[in-house]
Amino acid sequence: MELTGIFKYLYELLAATGLPEVWVDIIALIAAGVIVFGFLALVALFLVWLERKFAGHAQQRPGPMRTGWHGWRQTIADAIKLLQKEDIRPTLVDRFVYFWAPVVVFVAAFMAYVVIPFGEGLIVSDLNVGILYVVAITSFTVIGMLMAGWGSNNKYSLLGGMRSAAQVVSYEIPMVIAICSVILFVGSLSMVDIVQSQAKIYQWYVFRLPFGPIAFIIYLIAGTAETNRTPFDLPEAEQELVAGFNTEYSGMKFAMFFLAEFVNMFTVSAIGATLFLGGWQGPLLPSWMWFLGKTMFLVLVLMLFRWTFPRLRVDQLMEFAWKTLIPFAFVNLILAAVMKYSGWFNW
Amino acid sequence: MEMVANFISDVSANPLFYLLAFVTIASALCVVTLKNIFHSALCLILTLFSVAGLYILLHAEFLAVAQVLIYVGAVSILLIFAIMLTSQLASRKIVQSNEQVTVAIFVCFLFLLVSIGSLFNTYWNGINAPLPDNNILTIGILLMTDYVLPFEVVSIVMLAALIGAIVLAREERS
Repeated sequence: MELTGIFKYLYELLAATGLPEVWVDIIALIAAGVIVFGFLALVALFLVWLERKFAGHAQQRPGPMRTGWHGWRQTIADAIKLLQKEDIRPTLVDRFVYFWAPVVVFVAAFMAYVVIPFGEGLIVSDLNVGILYVVAITSFTVIGMLMAGWGSNNKYSLLGGMRSAAQVVSYEIPMVIAICSVILFVGSLSMVDIVQSQAKIYQWYVFRLPFGPIAFIIYLIAGTAETNRTPFDLPEAEQELVAGFNTEYSGMKFAMFFLAEFVNMFTVSAIGATLFLGGWQGPLLPSWMWFLGKTMFLVLVLMLFRWTFPRLRVDQLMEFAWKTLIPFAFVNLILAAVMKYSGWFNW
Repeated sequence: MEMVANFISDVSANPLFYLLAFVTIASALCVVTLKNIFHSALCLILTLFSVAGLYILLHAEFLAVAQVLIYVGAVSILLIFAIMLTSQLASRKIVQSNEQVTVAIFVCFLFLLVSIGSLFNTYWNGINAPLPDNNILTIGILLMTDYVLPFEVVSIVMLAALIGAIVLAREERS
């Protein structure tokens, strides 16, 4: 394990108590998990507030204003409200599937953070399969959505779940190919290696013309689709499907879906920042600030997408993935391979 | 023989192995015994995921991730998708029945015997050698040198399937 900063301090503190090594490992890992979880829960609350304010200002209104300064306490109040709400379960749901669906979605959303480098040395575990692990583990979200859609015994939920499956499976392909073109240049799947290969600003993959920006745009579009956000929010299209796959959920179970959605948005942005914008690399400021700044920048871009583009139709959605993004992604991958081989921009 | 025995004793020292093996076998049994086909599909996902866990115990991280990515992330999802699209299967009133339990048990038992037989008759090349530092790098180099022909053939098959999917999607419109 590569733990520095707070983690290392914690680890040494535990080791000093004279506990057996196995227990120190386990406690340190649990502590790391709790810290990451707490941080992400806070981030998700903040993002919910930010999304509301952004939506408000995009629509020429102020958004939440009454609870606290510019409504900053609004999401906290909402979270407490959701915690207290009665958990309503329709009679004819498939109990087992209905219960586990939010758990699967929630856990899958947090699993990716094992390998995300928050700063120099601030990574829970630098797996050698790094980025591939993220791609694999996030596919559990779809299974959770399908479980919710099917288990709810509601046609809107079922339609939402099916749309999400079709969408995510289709958009995963251009996304992985776009990621592949970066991996090709790095020559490693480890997230730390990816960040370290972008030490100078001209080495950021988004600036490596011509393949970099294309891969970045493909990644961003596919990432928006993977998180089911407008203009790709067909799984929960309010006007057509009530609320999509989570129609029958209320209280805490709904909150888990809701929180997972925002965590997923943060994940897509964090991976985008790591792969294309140099991760935690940057001058003067501490590395974690650079990482958070770049991630928040991408979060704002995703929010801008949501509040400025209209939703796609189902057939347009599929056509866009299969006939536009995938061919472009493949050509771009070949381009990247040629660039790597010829040594062009290979600094 | 001795190498296999060493290997087995290595693996069986890890309590996690028993947990994963139990989950794998239990969920695999659920796949074939549950009455509800959707539950069976979910159990299959659990089986495939715990097999990925076994790969991690064997330090084959790349294989584990590929297993999750392909089987859990794509194959299972398409399986569930197909179940959902088949309206009669999706309704809970239709229960799955299996009328060939005896034959199936017999075939499974035969397969078990064949597996055990081949386990002890295989020469396990390099099982005692230390693992390379970077598994993935080694896999990549092997795929591009020793196994380049099968690798390329598989790539072409997959590319053909992908192009086929695009062609099918295009025909639908006209």
